[in-house]
Amino acid sequence: MEEYKGKAIAKGVVVGKIFFYSKETGQVRRRSIDDIEAEKQRYEEAKAEALRQLGEIYEKALKEVGEENAAIFEVHQMFLEGDEFNESVTSIIETEKVNAEYAVAKTGDNLADMFASMDDDYFKARAADMKDISERVVNVLTGSENTNTPTEPVILIAEDLAPSETVQMDKANLLSFVTRLGSSNSHTAILARNMDIPALIGIDIDKAWHGKQAVVDGSKGLLIIDPDPDILADYEIKLKKQAEEKELLKALKGKEDVTLDGKHIKLYANIGGVGDVADVLKNDAKGIGLFRSEFLYLESDDFPTEEQQFEAYKKVAQLMAGKKVIIRTLDIGADKQVDYFGLDKEDNPALGYRAIRICLDRPEIFKTQLRALLRASAFGNIAIMYPMIISEAEVIKIKEISASVKEELKSEKIPFNESIEEGIMIETPAAAVISDKLARLVDFFSIGTNDLTQYTLAVDRQNAKLEAIADTHHEAVLRLIELVCKNAHAAGIWAGICGELGSDTELTQRFMEMGVDELSVSASRILPVRQKIRASKTTPQT
Amino acid sequence: MKTFNYTITDPIGIHARPAGLLAKAAKASGSKVTISANGKSADASKLILLMGLGIKCGTEVTVSVEGGDEAKAADDMEQFFKSNL
Repeated sequence: MEEYKGKAIAKGVVVGKIFFYSKETGQVRRRSIDDIEAEKQRYEEAKAEALRQLGEIYEKALKEVGEENAAIFEVHQMFLEGDEFNESVTSIIETEKVNAEYAVAKTGDNLADMFASMDDDYFKARAADMKDISERVVNVLTGSENTNTPTEPVILIAEDLAPSETVQMDKANLLSFVTRLGSSNSHTAILARNMDIPALIGIDIDKAWHGKQAVVDGSKGLLIIDPDPDILADYEIKLKKQAEEKELLKALKGKEDVTLDGKHIKLYANIGGVGDVADVLKNDAKGIGLFRSEFLYLESDDFPTEEQQFEAYKKVAQLMAGKKVIIRTLDIGADKQVDYFGLDKEDNPALGYRAIRICLDRPEIFKTQLRALLRASAFGNIAIMYPMIISEAEVIKIKEISASVKEELKSEKIPFNESIEEGIMIETPAAAVISDKLARLVDFFSIGTNDLTQYTLAVDRQNAKLEAIADTHHEAVLRLIELVCKNAHAAGIWAGICGELGSDTELTQRFMEMGVDELSVSASRILPVRQKIRASKTTPQT
Repeated sequence: MKTFNYTITDPIGIHARPAGLLAKAAKASGSKVTISANGKSADASKLILLMGLGIKCGTEVTVSVEGGDEAKAADDMEQFFKSNL
């Protein structure tokens, strides 16, 4: 038995036979030719066939990985139809009097070199696209087909997989992917997640493994070759459990989030960027309960413009097509630092200058975000949520700023949702304790249990030594949640939980008893939580 | 000749997909559309050369339109940049 550790890019467990996949990249021969026109004609025909193949792959990818990820094949078609590729190929055929295969391969290499020498990672990566395109045309010209594909269900190992390779494979024969190269955002990774099969990267694969039995453990990032019988038996049990869970979850898709005694719960998802929406929809969340807007600030070298923010918010609102999208305003500071904010180093950042405190102190940053959010509200069902509140005064100040931004937009005749919901996060004990007063000022509460727990227990959540006493089920925290729900309902507004605790299914029944109206959890937890909600009641069950 | 300036707001810059659409639009316009940035320029109808400019988010590009119905082509191009890039 041999064990290898890599990075898991898609979860799950699988047992099967290894298949070693390698590209058949036969050397392209340079041949002198006499009939230039005939060679150009050969190229034109091969190009037409390659374009046809790309069209097919695009259609297939569209179904398997969605429009955004399939777009690359449309781009491959555009590259191949473009003047530069064609002019380069025909010019090489004409001036060097060589065969089309050579001219195509040379063109692909030249263009790949051009992209590889660029300094931006995105443009660098286009070098692989150029090679992918030229190899396709060369294969058509030489009539070679890659016959090295599995014919039975296998664990496929490879050095790397090009998007077009993964799309062309027969998915029924893929139990798992294991590659040495690749990234968690690669096409292959997305495909693996969409197919719901485990996948690992960063493993030094060996051709000699071909045909051996192996286990891929996507939760631990492990590849086990020739597993010992007892290990194998363990995994067989896990496999069975996994299959049962999958069945169950499949059955829960499309079902309502309603308790046994008929209370409808808003079951939403937490996201950290536009790219997470696909997962949200796949797991059938009924909305987005926490859209962390920080990514716009963290991924940027300077303050993101109103336009950049507007586009991101609008995109998510449109993708969610009328479902609720609750966007939290900037929560920078504490453990999330950004250079261009020029924040001073603090001894106690969790209790420091962060989130709404920065926004109220530097209203120009806050106003830009509010304008973007309000403008985007014309394109979907957006709600705004303000973090780190401790007092009524803060909420009143926020409402003044928000009202002034709305006036501004009105005078500029820019459309926005005038009855947009505005709520606050309850993540400080102060806010929880005065939630009766705060409830009169806002449209909803969303309880951030991570911070609420750390502030209530005075336990730093980043400190590993304190893990033993960081009791997430601490009675003090639970009582605060109950108080917040009670005060929300007394004022006629709803209360939800968007922290980690919301997805803790051991507490779902208790939350229902407390009157929690909304749970916002990570996309992968939607269906397990739905299952629990459907088995819970708003009164104690004996 | 008509020209206008535009600052790219797409987070990845002029990446493959909008570049492909841009090349198509430029070709269809019937005018010669040239994009200049960072001291280099490229014919907008040539996708690979256009991407070879490596234009990133925040870069200001100059777009010039020559020949054909310049006024309309320039308007269309400006609209294209605003909604795609």
